[in-house]
Amino acid sequence: MPKDPLCGMAVDESTEFHSERDGEKFYFCSPACKSKFDESPDKYAGAVPGNGATSTSHRDGTQNLKLSIIGMDCVTCAVSIEKQLGAMDGVKKINVNLTTENAFVEYDPAKVNGKQIADSIGAAGYRVGKATLNLGIGGMYCGSCVTKIEEGLARTPGVLSASVDLASESAVIDYVPATVQMKGIKEVIEKLGYRVFDSAPPRDGVDRPGEMDEAQKARLEEYRTLMRKFIFAASVGAPIIIFSYAKLLGLPADFYEGTETARYIGIAMGLLTLPVMFWSGSQFFTGAWAALKSRSANMHTLISTGISAAWIYSTIAVLFPQIFPKQALAGQFYDTVTVVVALVVLGMALEIRAKGKSSEAIKKLIGLQPKTARVVRDGKEIDIPVEEVVLDEIVVVRPGEKVSVDGVLVEGSSSLDESMITGESIPVEKQAGDEVIGGTINKTGSFKFKATKVGKDTALAQIIEMVQQAQSSKAPIQRVVDKVAGYFSPAVMIIAVLAFIIWFDFGPQPALIYALIVFVTTMVIACPCALGIATPISLMVGVGKGAENGILIKSGQALEMAQKINSIVLDKTGTITVGKPSLTDVVASNGMSENDILHFAASVEKGSEHPLGEAIIRDATERGIPVTDSSKFNAIPGHGVEAVVDGQTVLLGNSRLMKDRHVELANVQEKSNDLAANGKTPMFVAVDGKVAGIVAVADTVKEDSKEAILHLKSMGLEVVMLTGDNRGTAEAIARQVGIDRVLAEVLPEEKAFNVQKLQQEGKKIAMVGDGINDAPALAQADIGLAIGTGTDVAIEASDITLINGSLKGVVSAVELSRATMKNIRQNLFGAFFYNALGIPIAAGLLYPFFGVLLSPMIAGAAMAFSSVTVVTNANRLRRFVPGKEH
Amino acid sequence: MLTAQIIVTLAGLGLIVLIAWFFWFSEHKATVVGTSSSGVQEAFIKVKGGYSPDVIVVEAGKPVRLNFNREETAVCSEQVLFPDFDKQAILTPFKTVTLEITPDKPGEYGFQCGMGMLHGKLIVR
Repeated sequence: MPKDPLCGMAVDESTEFHSERDGEKFYFCSPACKSKFDESPDKYAGAVPGNGATSTSHRDGTQNLKLSIIGMDCVTCAVSIEKQLGAMDGVKKINVNLTTENAFVEYDPAKVNGKQIADSIGAAGYRVGKATLNLGIGGMYCGSCVTKIEEGLARTPGVLSASVDLASESAVIDYVPATVQMKGIKEVIEKLGYRVFDSAPPRDGVDRPGEMDEAQKARLEEYRTLMRKFIFAASVGAPIIIFSYAKLLGLPADFYEGTETARYIGIAMGLLTLPVMFWSGSQFFTGAWAALKSRSANMHTLISTGISAAWIYSTIAVLFPQIFPKQALAGQFYDTVTVVVALVVLGMALEIRAKGKSSEAIKKLIGLQPKTARVVRDGKEIDIPVEEVVLDEIVVVRPGEKVSVDGVLVEGSSSLDESMITGESIPVEKQAGDEVIGGTINKTGSFKFKATKVGKDTALAQIIEMVQQAQSSKAPIQRVVDKVAGYFSPAVMIIAVLAFIIWFDFGPQPALIYALIVFVTTMVIACPCALGIATPISLMVGVGKGAENGILIKSGQALEMAQKINSIVLDKTGTITVGKPSLTDVVASNGMSENDILHFAASVEKGSEHPLGEAIIRDATERGIPVTDSSKFNAIPGHGVEAVVDGQTVLLGNSRLMKDRHVELANVQEKSNDLAANGKTPMFVAVDGKVAGIVAVADTVKEDSKEAILHLKSMGLEVVMLTGDNRGTAEAIARQVGIDRVLAEVLPEEKAFNVQKLQQEGKKIAMVGDGINDAPALAQADIGLAIGTGTDVAIEASDITLINGSLKGVVSAVELSRATMKNIRQNLFGAFFYNALGIPIAAGLLYPFFGVLLSPMIAGAAMAFSSVTVVTNANRLRRFVPGKEH
Repeated sequence: MLTAQIIVTLAGLGLIVLIAWFFWFSEHKATVVGTSSSGVQEAFIKVKGGYSPDVIVVEAGKPVRLNFNREETAVCSEQVLFPDFDKQAILTPFKTVTLEITPDKPGEYGFQCGMGMLHGKLIVR
């Protein structure tokens, strides 16, 4: 079958759309493609799929791919990558070069593609240095254009994957910058007959600023239209009201109901009301019709039925008053029609305004994304779109600028404002080796950093995605509401009809008028909207507020669960404590000074890579104590280390080491026991066979852990510590922070089991851990909170991630969850209560007892403002401040 | 009881039965989505006061591409949610916005607008 030269679609030769060019026949899928071709046949005649790519493939069909690989640090790495790839069907030749960190792969594109190769390298534990490109594409007409471009790009060497989106007219392309450049990719697409634009409005949650703007614009436009509709309905409504209440307003008797003048005015009003109904209230009819087609009913169905009933009755009454047995029956309700339309439309407009505020948090996050980055390429600093930053590239940041992607600082130092990501308002000092997060603002110095996460992998991109996901999830409470909502509107219609029958049969005279009024009032007062919006709108504000404070809530379910917990289990290392040992005590004896002890201890440890040693060296350096090179370094496993420093033999280790070397410990032994009892690890320092002192190292408690735990307890939560450490150390830490219940000496694999045991006590458990070692326990708990470490935000096992490593985040998370759920309950109560009260009153339930009947116009006002109230109430959550009970 | 009252009562009760049947008990028309040559099940959904089609039948395990075309500016339909998949999209008026999901398990998955006013169903077989 021939292919359409424009879109690549297979077309039958019998098609009526065809053209001839240089003796060759071309067939098209549609008249659009044909006319495009006829306009400039040269452009397309040669561009049948396949000729486009600047292919460097071999004659036998094999293709070469050069991939830069990150994370190779040994020869075995190269071997294991070669093995991994060699096992793939279609891969013919592999050569991994350790020094240049490149892999050259020769493969059969029919069997395997670049993406699979890259994925396979990823599976082996290494990263492929790829870049992601977002391009706008113009000139796509139909779905097969997508396939054509995707296939064309897939054939291009260096392109790992390409995904083209017809709707947003854009493409997301993963490619290897070493093999193909942006320019090459653009050329491929252009040769296929399409136009290419830089930096497309990228798609999918993460990078949707363009669409978001458009939606916002559309929303503003809608607001304006609704306001115009309101003003029109209101200005038509004013004279109608005046004439409808002629008697009440003291107009001349000529205008009273029943007179000939009134009848003509009535006809005029009926005509005037038409544009109010069909322009100002057009959405009610279109909405009702669409719902009807899918056999459902909603607010529009109720309103349109109500106003139609009122209008039709009024019109009959005005045109044919003689058919009514009594003059009193021939009343008109045009005022009801216009006022209801005006008020409901105004309500809708106000709701749009309020809802704009509800989604502010996510807009702010999207706005944080930097657009450009200044990278060092070929020794020159150049500005490029942020999408083109490649892994491991060096990026330069000047004071006042935004950090473009995630990375590790390599040169310079500065203080960074990370509040937008972590919620921590105090700027953070950064030096070489520290992580920097994309979207944060550099305050003081300039620095260079190496990109470690780009595109969709950056913390910010993942945060945005998580927030959007959570905002689109359903809180369990919503499932109940959904069930109710499904029955709501038809039920209201049934109630309205029932009320009509009852009033007609048993009501006072004129029964028809009363029956009609209650019917219209019931239809108008019911507000399914308020019910439907109650939960999602609060969830949206709550989740957004969380993100602003460095609390990432994964779903509505997590948010709802967080307020139900009554016990919090805290992992010790890395959660309550810093997770890294640091020097806590130095004890000097035998006439040595503390500085001497540190000098010896640090110098001995200089050769070791033990974390305890690192802590000592770090502290010595900070205190400005010289650390000299040692010789004859010897590590004695399980005991300590020895080395010669300044010509003296120095021993550093536990009491067993000292005993083995016959070092007398008598005068420092007691001090050492004290330190151990306080959860510290004491190490003896001996110089030339004589004990010189003790250095004690311990994992220290985070600054605000104690305060946070106190706060949690004051919120009525039981706080439990769970740790693999020995009981002595665990209890020492527990004492420091004020935890009463300690589960110590728990093996990592038993942590989940211990959580389960606590759950069997009938408690709802929140587990707080680092998300890596504690993953099973986090998953077991009713709710898992992961303490984030820098840019790792999407922690799989957790329900809530606390970006800022502080335990205070736990407090805020529980508070936010409580505040949000309270808000949701207020909304739901309000909406249910409103309907449960409003509908019976509208149906006339109060009439037999108090003689009270609701006017349909008041019903319209009530209905219009009930959903505005719900949104406004949800917006109150925006004022949530962590640490302040709500 | 007057004749008029009997007529109104009977007609009203009939109307109630009709409403109940129409909205709750009648069969919804389902649209079965075909699979394209690339293995994607693609559906085009018009969004205007509702989703049409609103019941979409797809096969399990194959990617589903749902193209929503919002032909209105009413804010109600601005967002479409698939809570079971934690997916959502902001629908730009008069533009097609695509959402891709791969349902693995057969079952019925509802989708709705941000406020829960408009509903649709994805039936996975």
